[in-house]
Amino acid sequence: MSVDVGIENVSHAYTTGQQSLPVLDKLNLTIPAGQFTAVVGPSGCGKSTLTRLASGLMAPDSGAVTLNEERVTSPRSTVGMAFQNPVLLEWRTIIENVVLPMEIVKHDLTRNQCLKRAAKLLELVGLADFKHKRPSELSGGMRQRASLCRALVHKPDLLILDEPFGALDAFTREDLWQIMRELRGRESFTGLLITHDLRESVFLADQVVVLSGRPATCQYVLDVTLPEDRRIDSLYTPEAVEMLATLREQIEIAQGRKQEVAA
Amino acid sequence: MSERMKGILSPIIAIVLFLLFWEWLVWYNDWPNYKMASPSDLWPAFWKFRDLFAMYAWDTLWRTVVGLALAVVVGVAFGVVMGFSKTMRTALYPLLVGFNAVPKATVVPVVALIFVGQHDFNTVLIAFMISFFPIAVSVSIGLSTLEPEYRDILRALGASKLTVFWKIALPKTLPEFFGALKVASTLAFIGTNLMEIVEPHGRGLGHLFDSGKINADYPLMFAVLIALAVLGILLYYAVVILEKIFAGWAEREPTY
Ligand SMILES: Nc1ncnc2c1ncn2[C@@H]1O[C@H](COP(=O)(O)OP(=O)(O)O)[C@@H](O)[C@H]1O
Ligand SMILES: [Mg+2]
Repeated sequence: MSVDVGIENVSHAYTTGQQSLPVLDKLNLTIPAGQFTAVVGPSGCGKSTLTRLASGLMAPDSGAVTLNEERVTSPRSTVGMAFQNPVLLEWRTIIENVVLPMEIVKHDLTRNQCLKRAAKLLELVGLADFKHKRPSELSGGMRQRASLCRALVHKPDLLILDEPFGALDAFTREDLWQIMRELRGRESFTGLLITHDLRESVFLADQVVVLSGRPATCQYVLDVTLPEDRRIDSLYTPEAVEMLATLREQIEIAQGRKQEVAA
Repeated sequence: MSERMKGILSPIIAIVLFLLFWEWLVWYNDWPNYKMASPSDLWPAFWKFRDLFAMYAWDTLWRTVVGLALAVVVGVAFGVVMGFSKTMRTALYPLLVGFNAVPKATVVPVVALIFVGQHDFNTVLIAFMISFFPIAVSVSIGLSTLEPEYRDILRALGASKLTVFWKIALPKTLPEFFGALKVASTLAFIGTNLMEIVEPHGRGLGHLFDSGKINADYPLMFAVLIALAVLGILLYYAVVILEKIFAGWAEREPTY
């Protein structure tokens, strides 16, 4: 089951000692249930902060984060998260890593059913033969795939990805984009993807949000008009190229390298 | 010859060569027994006192193990408190470092005087004092260097701090803990022996060593040294086996 996500007028600042660093400034953003939104923006503008607020790990100074109109005030078991660092536990095998969330969230499946579900996800991402390996025996891309399975094993309503493919080489990354689209087709969740790769944002998302420099506000929203069954080739169509050009321009404005032209 | 056979045979050959060299050295220099015992003198000395050896070795062993167990409990408790609270770390660290900096050889006679005649208590106390520091430090460092993402993958699901500790922080710290435990077990053993040697009318291998010294019974003293070495090796490998069971996953490749 997927949820509507609302970020309403959210402001947040970090306080270290006497200094206060405003990071988000009256940010507004909505993701309709089942949709996938990508957030891009200059480095250090507050994207990871946004994921921590959306997951309930932190509460915003002002404004509200809502899931299906309900205010989020603390972490909830209906969220799945994956980061750039796959953070797999070395003392567990891959499948044991994937079932980890099932040991935390409440559910009424038996251990065997949980393992079956994990095995199914691993098969989907092409790791069927690596179930019983240790994380250190896998390549970076494989580890990230396992990390995605772990984020999805408890059927979250909201999947939050913070630059999950950022550390991978270009070809591995494209493989993972396709796997991600595949997973989206089979599982139902709302997606929030942080990325610094514009092609990735266009390929994976229904909507791309460009954040301004710190303190971040919502600077630009792009509706991705590519067909549902996207392939890497879709990124080379004229409309995709045009969207990428628009995003590139918006990023340069966000970085302060280019003035916005009054339309 | 198989790798396994090589692994067993080569240390045995090394030990035999060492003993032969020792025997030859004493024979060549014609050293009398009261100057330097030779390996061939050790067995008679050992056999003569075999009952004492068995009894005292047991004393030394259990005192070391109990002291070490206490060090693990207290060291882990300190480590957990310091690992999770920056304030506690700042507050306690200088105290622990200062405590550890005092040479334990000077503490031994002090403790022996305070609790006169309490042989078991004194010995366990020193074994504990000398060995808890590395455990506390390794656990606190292991816990405080836990990357935030490791915490977040569970916290984002609503897991409690305690769950994060059991599922992630503790297992992740185990390799460091066992590294420290190897050091600590050696230290505890030293502590036990220091106390046993210093205390009059005591028990344990350290005491047997001391009576060998008083009676100028060199073969006995050397026999005790050998017995201590054997006991030390047993203790060390006991820790290694525990490490293999509980933190074997951290081993990159088999090294022995
Ligand atoms: N826990 C924190 N305490 C203080 N400052 C922080 C903290 N986390 C992040 N920051 C600062 O807030 C800004 C935004 O951080 P972040 O959300 O991680 O940016 P990014 O968009 O690169 O993910 C950065 O300048 C960072 O240094
Ligand atoms: Mg970030």
